[in-house]
Amino acid sequence: MAEYATPTTEQEFAGNFAQLKPLMSNSEALLESSRCLFCFDAPCIKACPSGIDIPLFIRQINSGNATGAARTIYEANYFGNACGKVCPTEVLCEGSCVYTATGAKPIEIGRLQSHATRQVMDQGKHLFQPGAATGFRVAVIGAGPAGISCACELRKLGHEVDVFEARSQPSGLTLYGVAPYKITNEETLAEMAYLEAQFGFQVHYNHAISTRPDLEKLEKEYSAIFLGIGLGHTSALGLPGEERENCVGAVEFIEQLRIRQEQTAVGRKVIVLGGGNTAMDAASESARLGAERVVLAYRRGKEEMGAYEFEYDLAKGVGVQGLFNVAPLEIVGNGKVEGVKFVRTATLNGQVQTVPGSEFVEACDMVIKATGQAKQTSFLGLIPELQVDGKGRIVFNPNTGQTTNPRYFAAGDAANGGAEVVNAAADGKAAAHGIHGFLTKS
Amino acid sequence: MPDLSINFAGIKSPNPFWLASAPPTNSGYQVMKAFDAGWGGAVWKTLGVPVVNVSSRYGSVNYRDKRMMGFNNIELISDRPLADNLREIEEVKKRFPNHAVIASLMVQSRQEWHDIVRDVENAGSDGIELNFGCPHGMCERGMGSAVGQEPEVLQTIVEWVMEVARIPVIVKLTPNISDITEPAMAARRGGANAISLINTIQSIVGVDLDLFAPYPIVDGKGSNGGYCGPAVKPIALNMVKNCAQHPDVRLPISGIGGIETWRDAVEHILLGASSVQVCTAAMHYGFGIIREMTSGLEQYMSEKGFRTIDDMVGRALPNVKHWEDLNLKYKVTAHINPDKCIGCQLCYTACEDGAHQAIQLNAGTRIPEIIDENCVGCNLCSLVCPVEQCITMERRDDGTQHQTWKERTEADDIPVTFNDERAGGLHHWVPEPAAALGKERQKTLPGKARQYQEVAE
Ligand SMILES: Cc1cc2nc3c(=O)[nH]c(=O)nc-3n(C[C@H](O)[C@H](O)[C@H](O)COP(=O)(O)OP(=O)(O)OC[C@H]3O[C@@H](n4cnc5c(N)ncnc54)[C@H](O)[C@@H]3O)c2cc1C
Ligand SMILES: Cc1cc2nc3c(=O)[nH]c(=O)nc-3n(C[C@H](O)[C@H](O)[C@H](O)COP(=O)(O)O)c2cc1C
Ligand code: SF4
Ligand code: SF4
Ligand code: SF4
Repeated sequence: MAEYATPTTEQEFAGNFAQLKPLMSNSEALLESSRCLFCFDAPCIKACPSGIDIPLFIRQINSGNATGAARTIYEANYFGNACGKVCPTEVLCEGSCVYTATGAKPIEIGRLQSHATRQVMDQGKHLFQPGAATGFRVAVIGAGPAGISCACELRKLGHEVDVFEARSQPSGLTLYGVAPYKITNEETLAEMAYLEAQFGFQVHYNHAISTRPDLEKLEKEYSAIFLGIGLGHTSALGLPGEERENCVGAVEFIEQLRIRQEQTAVGRKVIVLGGGNTAMDAASESARLGAERVVLAYRRGKEEMGAYEFEYDLAKGVGVQGLFNVAPLEIVGNGKVEGVKFVRTATLNGQVQTVPGSEFVEACDMVIKATGQAKQTSFLGLIPELQVDGKGRIVFNPNTGQTTNPRYFAAGDAANGGAEVVNAAADGKAAAHGIHGFLTKS
Repeated sequence: MPDLSINFAGIKSPNPFWLASAPPTNSGYQVMKAFDAGWGGAVWKTLGVPVVNVSSRYGSVNYRDKRMMGFNNIELISDRPLADNLREIEEVKKRFPNHAVIASLMVQSRQEWHDIVRDVENAGSDGIELNFGCPHGMCERGMGSAVGQEPEVLQTIVEWVMEVARIPVIVKLTPNISDITEPAMAARRGGANAISLINTIQSIVGVDLDLFAPYPIVDGKGSNGGYCGPAVKPIALNMVKNCAQHPDVRLPISGIGGIETWRDAVEHILLGASSVQVCTAAMHYGFGIIREMTSGLEQYMSEKGFRTIDDMVGRALPNVKHWEDLNLKYKVTAHINPDKCIGCQLCYTACEDGAHQAIQLNAGTRIPEIIDENCVGCNLCSLVCPVEQCITMERRDDGTQHQTWKERTEADDIPVTFNDERAGGLHHWVPEPAAALGKERQKTLPGKARQYQEVAE
């Protein structure tokens, strides 16, 4: 394998993690936008969770009105620039573009979207302003896509907003989770700064809300509280040897990668456990960090993986190897990871069963567990009357974001159990209207 | 192998493709290069008293991502000394004896015309083209389109030229006129051997939104210019057809305007042109496009069994009728092929907002459905559908009846004035002051209208 040399400088890192959806030049945007048919009741709009009027913004780009295009985008989705780059467009907007039915390439909606928003960002063109003050104060916990979108919309409606964020930077997993070949840190933060400059909400960084007294303070000082806390750390597998050095969670590994970039250590031979999109990301990223061999190990067959097909193709494209129908039994090693003991599996009547006597050890010097994120149930337990469903998701009204405690609202991964940035952005914005209704009614 | 060579009013050329008089024919260097590339002839950039040009001088109409759909210029005739041009014409003719070199001319007095006609003949030109078309700069001085717009003057100048010309004379017409056949007939009366059309159309291609000035901009100001390129082909074709069909024109036609591919050329030829001239396409893509043009023309001719260009000239003319001679008993309705439909629903909005509400959407599918009773067969949906052959217009009449507007009016089968009971009679709508003031819109039926009128009387 070893398609990628281990990056040692910023430039080498940028090279290995070259953008999959680079920004378009003006001529590319003109050419691409001119292809859009301006469909009636366009299927692409319906496929976008944030409902952006796609044919409209594409036509605006084409007629030389990039500012109008950016407004169309941001009116529906405050993460317009990020979404253009990180959305799984293959299964969302672009996947439903009518061109796919002709066998022709669908319109590159995502890249056009980032093109328009990037222009207004670069030019510092403000498209929105805070609404007339209502006197209400709202606390937002979490500066991820859900929290920031909610904050922007609340400010537009005239409410005062304080955002409390545990980390030192905004945008949640857009910065700490999404693969660096989808979006750069610089781009993510530029959009955050752009939004903050327009809406003027306060973000209190390094300010986790974690105790009952913390919550009580918020409950006293604010009329409503929005929960945009996302999910938690990688859940434990409960396997012997999981504590060994170099056995890491995917979310934590990726977070390191986004912060420390080329200084992130990766093994020579990496085994990634899991079959979801995070597993695909972790495998691709390991390969781009220069691992000699990356093996993706999944309990079931290739077809049954939860990851999008294009994400698996992307991993395969950088040399990742698949190991299917195997279940890990133990992380073996002596202090450090030396391999994973697997047993082969077979799927009988939809049930995964192990094949007795088929155990084997696959050698490696690093294991990445991409087996799902834990829910922040203990924190949520501190909120009175707040119901959480069997899967650890906050129970909420999907139209208003309101939870079972009427002063608390929620959206994003914490409420939907983990989806995409676009869902968190759209739902966070919808929750702001739920909060607005709640505040102005009472 | 079809024979592409032509004899146009006595001017011979190995194929019907000539470069029109314009920047690509500005010098011997260019014309020789073009002949090497395969062009059959060249109409030299118009000669006259050398002029000066402005910078810049070109404007463009870009449509979406397509550049130069339309093109305009505020350039004048050749700005090079006459002697240089004559020497180069001579050189080109020496090197390319079988290609057509036509000198385009524009001067003022009878004496000047006589002199310059003799000069270009002596230099070896195969023919002369009189530029009565330039719509900017020269016309203000009584030349170019100023002549093309005055049939009497045009005829007089042609007569002056014919007094001395011994090689074929083509009159190039301006489209900046309401009836192109009038200057065409004047050219014939003056004794010209052929006509060519169209020259450029007076135009403003656009306005700079920041500088508030028309394109092209010269030091913050601009002027109307001459329009050409793909966008003008429909106008050119119609004018070529008008000249070709007119019984009193009867002159060979060199078709010009929007020719970019062999198809455009064939269209000009089928409507009556027997040579074609190209300017914008050569300026846009260079001389190399000639290979696509000749090979496409040759292929078309072989497939259709045409041996010579003359076999094709005017072949579409018998099918170009007046509106009143078209069959009113011919019915078509739209049909959507569901296997080809991609569900863009452009046909739906077009028909809904722009036509006859004859397309409906059904729940559960993006494939629209034609409502046959409402479809008038206007064709709009099939024009907007982005998929080739997805919406077809299918014949619905049984082909046994044929009746034209003219026949119906002659048979008194149709009202021709409002004062006819079948048209509702006169005064079936009487404006009411209340309605005119926007107070309340009242429905007024013909019977009721008469009552109002009676009351008024
Ligand atoms: C590895 C990985 C890759 C992904 N790749 C993509 C992708 O390519 N495209 C895509 O669209 N989506 C992707 N996603 C999903 C996407 O990132 C999430 O759906 C989205 O970020 C959810 O937004 P959120 O605001 O709900 O939560 P988060 O983004 O998780 O934001 C939550 C924020 O709240 C803060 N917080 C949490 N608890 C507290 C607290 N108690 N006090 C204060 N602050 C707190 C956190 O620090 C964080 O900043 C990926 C996710 C992962 C894990
Ligand atoms: C820049 C430019 C200069 C032209 N100069 C002349 C000219 O000097 N004499 C002339 O008869 N026609 C001139 N024309 C008109 C062209 O010969 C031709 O009639 C017209 O462009 C339409 O053809 P097209 O659509 O192929 O360009 C000029 C056209 C252009 C674009
Ligand atoms: S937000 Fe995402 S899904 Fe929606 S149009 Fe943009 S790229 Fe597509
Ligand atoms: S489906 Fe494709 S072509 Fe149609 S409006 Fe959307 S992007 Fe344009
Ligand atoms: S325009 Fe053509 S492709 Fe589009 S919906 Fe109508 S029939 Fe289908």
